[in-house]
Amino acid sequence: MEWALLIEQTLNGLQFGMLLFLLAAGLTLTFGIMDLVNLAHGSMYMLGAFVGATIFLWTGSFILAILLAVPLVAGIGIIVEISTLRTLYQRHHLDQVLATFGLILLFNELVQVVWPLDGLSVPFPDYLNFTVPLLFGIEYSVYRLMIIGAGIIVAIGMYILVAKTRLGMLIRAGAADRTMIYALGTNIRLLFTLVFGLGTALGALAGILMAPILGANSGMGEQIIIIAFVVIVIGGIGSVRGSLIAALITGLIDTLGRSFLDVLLAIFIPVNAAEAAAPAISSMLIYIFMTCVLFFKPQGLFGSQTR
Amino acid sequence: MKSKITLVIAMCLMLVAPNAFSATVKLGFVTTLTTPAAVIGNDMRDAVELALEHIGHKMGPVDVEVVYGDDEFNPQKGKQATERLVTQDKVDIVFGYIWSHVLLASATTVLDAGKILISANAGPSQLAGKGCHENFFSISWQNDQTPMAMGEVLNQRGVDSLYVIAPLYAAGKNMVAGVKRTFTGEIVGEDMTKWPDQIDWAAELSKVKAANPDGVFVFYPGKHGPAFIKQYQQSGLSGQVDLYTVFTVDSISLPRFQQAEMSGVLGTTMTQFWAPDLDNAANKKFVDAFKAKYDKYPSFYAAQSYDAVMYIKSAVEAVGGDMSNVDGLRAALQKADFDSVRGEFTMGPNHFPIQNFYSREVVEDSDGRWTTSVRETVLNMHQDVYASECSM
Repeated sequence: MEWALLIEQTLNGLQFGMLLFLLAAGLTLTFGIMDLVNLAHGSMYMLGAFVGATIFLWTGSFILAILLAVPLVAGIGIIVEISTLRTLYQRHHLDQVLATFGLILLFNELVQVVWPLDGLSVPFPDYLNFTVPLLFGIEYSVYRLMIIGAGIIVAIGMYILVAKTRLGMLIRAGAADRTMIYALGTNIRLLFTLVFGLGTALGALAGILMAPILGANSGMGEQIIIIAFVVIVIGGIGSVRGSLIAALITGLIDTLGRSFLDVLLAIFIPVNAAEAAAPAISSMLIYIFMTCVLFFKPQGLFGSQTR
Repeated sequence: MKSKITLVIAMCLMLVAPNAFSATVKLGFVTTLTTPAAVIGNDMRDAVELALEHIGHKMGPVDVEVVYGDDEFNPQKGKQATERLVTQDKVDIVFGYIWSHVLLASATTVLDAGKILISANAGPSQLAGKGCHENFFSISWQNDQTPMAMGEVLNQRGVDSLYVIAPLYAAGKNMVAGVKRTFTGEIVGEDMTKWPDQIDWAAELSKVKAANPDGVFVFYPGKHGPAFIKQYQQSGLSGQVDLYTVFTVDSISLPRFQQAEMSGVLGTTMTQFWAPDLDNAANKKFVDAFKAKYDKYPSFYAAQSYDAVMYIKSAVEAVGGDMSNVDGLRAALQKADFDSVRGEFTMGPNHFPIQNFYSREVVEDSDGRWTTSVRETVLNMHQDVYASECSM
């Protein structure tokens, strides 16, 4: 096996992992602290892609698109939280699933009304649209490196927020024991709205960052949100650190599995059979991994024991 | 007791009567009308409407009405839409179908009801070979044929090593099997991606770079095509490794490539059974009218849909509008006696066309619009390889 390919695929895996982290961080906060199963998180990712792409196409500035679209979509998320989701916190998870699934349908139709049916094609920002030489003669896309960098910055920011601030203390307390912080007199409504807005902002950021690679399409959220749920289950619900580590592992398993599983299988079974089986098995790998984690650690890798 | 039986018979007659004596032929057309893939379905519907206009909404002595069903790009939804057309709308013939997996899920619904089913795009090997059916006809092609033509083009161009990327579903498997059947060089890599979920090809493109082949062959229909080609160009591969596609660059995606100024698409080659500039009277009439009415080039999906209506018309006329005469309809469909936009072709014994396949190149037309132009005949009156497995 060539080292260059292995390193390049590792970078691809890290980039995919960072995307998953941006999505899973918001999801794990809302699930862990507010006990809300929010399927519509993917819709916020999609809205981020559409709103960001539109601003980028209008102004020509990718940075402006991020700076404007993230708070804009976070604002939409907060409006949704106040108007719809707030009434669902005390309800059964199934009610939440139904309501947020309804939101998915609503937002998917909405973007088809506002934007062209086949979505938006988004160019790469000129100053990021090239490749750089790395070790072993690898040419790697600067844009994908930038996504990895953005993920690291968000991870550090989240660490400071969760570990060093008063809001973070409340978030950790909420993940550990929701009823107790309520009993201690915290303004829980405000806390929930802030956490939801934060989660939405991260989802929207992921959407904007992916728009030049994937384009903006109606329904793009559902394709990724299932994997994001897998990530938070692996990482432990409510744990931001867990979601980071689980996201990176999941991204690497998925990408490396897609790249090398046929070679690996060919050691044990005939080449033809390996090539036939590899695509099917590689798309199952992350679910197999989730099953293994849950078998040994039912709370996930970093799940709170008190839940 | 007797009066009861009479009553039952009378009621049965009333149920049968409107069908037997109706002066309207009802056709069901299944395609994708929601989700981003609806851009294809809309193009097909545009073509069907144009065809109905051209025939004055009449087939021989009877009026014709088309009911549209939406498959939502999903086999289960496609089957449900088909069931609705057959049982609720009581259509006489069901046609359409973009996606092989949707067609495979829906076919039995139509065929078990004893009705005729015509594919206007999907050509899965199952229905061409062992699973062929006397009431199933294709007016497009069998999936393997177009990539087989591409394999010949690759041989002619002296491509020695090829990397293959396609989605993992019925049509994707056929496309890969097809190109392998005629390509004489070495396949240095092959990736089947999850369909339709996977829209990021970073891992596959990295493998292509490492394998450094002479050419890359891909099949990504619908919105996946432009997304793949964009990522291909961004990865730094374009200009180094030539990209050969089937059903990936079409009249639906070309305006978007042009808008995005992705000039790397110009000059690329694909293969197809038809092209907008194919020289015959029926095609000229179709393409000119389509451009005049919708201000865009028709896609191959549109051409097949237009052809399908003309094809059905030839059969309905042959039976004088009597849709209960399924034997007569079947015999006429086997004859395929109409002016197709593809020019001359015959219907094979497995009910798939025996026809020419051409190489097409992306060019800029005299109005500055990007389109495809036919170059040469690659496969002459070609019959699909599964025909011999079919026994009817």
